[in-house]
Amino acid sequence: MKTEPLVLGIETSCDETGVGVVRGHTLLADEVASSVEEHARFGGVVPEVASRAHFEAMVPTVQRALDTAGITLADVDAIAVTAGPGLAGALLVGVAAAKAYALAAGKPIYGVNHLAAHVAVDTLEHGPLPEPAIALLVSGGHSSLLQVDDLAGRVEPLGATIDDAAGEAFDKVARLLGLPFPGGPPIDRAARDGQIVIPFPRGLSAARDLVEHRFDFSFSGLKTAVARWVEARQRAGEPVPVNDVAASFQEAVCDVLTNKAVDACLDRGVRTLVIGGGVAANSRIRALAQERCDKHGITLRVPRPKLCTDNGAMVAALGAHLVAAGAAPGALGLPTDSAMPITVVTA
Amino acid sequence: MVVDSSTPAVTAALVRVEDPELPGAGDPQVTVLAERVTVDGRAHGELLAPQIQAVLAEGGAAPGDLAAVVAGTGPGPFTGLRAGMVTAAALGHALDIPVYGVCSLDGIGHGQPGRLLVATDARRKEVYWAVYSGGVRVDGPAVDKPAAVSVEVDAAAGDGADRYAEVFGLPLLPPRYPSARALAALAADRVRAKAPGETLTPRYLRRPDAVAPGERKPALP
Ligand SMILES: [Zn+2]
Repeated sequence: MKTEPLVLGIETSCDETGVGVVRGHTLLADEVASSVEEHARFGGVVPEVASRAHFEAMVPTVQRALDTAGITLADVDAIAVTAGPGLAGALLVGVAAAKAYALAAGKPIYGVNHLAAHVAVDTLEHGPLPEPAIALLVSGGHSSLLQVDDLAGRVEPLGATIDDAAGEAFDKVARLLGLPFPGGPPIDRAARDGQIVIPFPRGLSAARDLVEHRFDFSFSGLKTAVARWVEARQRAGEPVPVNDVAASFQEAVCDVLTNKAVDACLDRGVRTLVIGGGVAANSRIRALAQERCDKHGITLRVPRPKLCTDNGAMVAALGAHLVAAGAAPGALGLPTDSAMPITVVTA
Repeated sequence: MVVDSSTPAVTAALVRVEDPELPGAGDPQVTVLAERVTVDGRAHGELLAPQIQAVLAEGGAAPGDLAAVVAGTGPGPFTGLRAGMVTAAALGHALDIPVYGVCSLDGIGHGQPGRLLVATDARRKEVYWAVYSGGVRVDGPAVDKPAAVSVEVDAAAGDGADRYAEVFGLPLLPPRYPSARALAALAADRVRAKAPGETLTPRYLRRPDAVAPGERKPALP
């Protein structure tokens, strides 16, 4: 019997230098070097700062992943790397490194789609993905609703944000409330001690919006509504109930995301929902999605928080899936594509 | 293996560094066996690995035959420069061979007679520059507007010297881009001595463009 493919995965699309090792659906190593602290004072990821950090972290992080997995480069069946979407300069560091490793070790290379990798990582926790599945991917860089017919090649975009990404809204509201960057974890914590009492708007959820934007998201209006509410309090000289604002804002985001994801499952007759991306680590989205999926008999799959955020294991997981599916590897000249469409799973 | 991506010229070369102590050592002791140079400032990441593969094939060598990697460490525009340097670092790591860095401008100034200004294009109407005397760097590298580079030299070389030839008013010498042979020659002693490899440090010479956010605009009128 042929053993399952052993794949090294490299991820550098944003501010995490991730290197993972996966055998089939088994996670062997997941090493991440993050430059998030260097971006904190800028309130968002600075592309050149991220690229410089990727360069410095690349070789040590690859070595740590090999050591943790207890393998050498010669043992792997393939090298997978995020080719897009993401920050152009950051992607280039990972792809150039992956090509050098592939060339030196004489291994095939797969340039993969970051969003598809967010879906694939769930197989490390819950095993093979039933297809078709609906995937909701939410982070500081993306908010997408996808129908995954075949993770190795056929993924259909159903909707996406038309303005800010969901994670971006968390960052901006956190800043408004004087909470640190990145905004997801501190808002989640503050919300636990708050009440959902402020009726913030649900973007693109009105009947007229659902005609054209049934599966799209918008968080810009919500962000502005929170800012106006907070400022009105401040101008009136009243204290801002940070915990209540955090809870109410978080509820508005999670309500829309889970509502539309479940609606997509029902509309398409799909019984499996996967949620991934950094925002999937949020406790409220996990609870609300579970509640709504249970109500409709949908199986919810959300990987543990460490696998939801950007990492190399997700890239390795998709790479292993592609190798097992017999997908053709890429060329050593494969390009990066900062706007890579989800319809392209491997470049 | 020599790689440099500090300029629009993406360079990979397979080079033999001979030991002068050994009988039958050739002269010159640095021989370029195969070289690929493509001038395309926007495709460093796509061109370099296939070029490395091509020079290995042309030189009849396998990756495992390499004894060292020599990398131009800039200065150069950030993204392109990093593509070559991370390639060099990963190649050395994967093959467990040392990686040596050489200032990319030295790849133009090395071995040139007299006093020479080497300038490459730094974009934003600036140049990366250094001054050489008898082929040895005596000033720089630095990044400045061409008009702000005030040095006593006989001639200039590099694509930046060409681009701003009217500002510099100096006779122009080749090469236009770092030469793989010169980069190899500059690392030859380390290669022969099997010196420990280095952690490469890109010569960015500029800070990242990043500004801390100012006061937030109010959402209320
Ligand atoms: Zn992501």
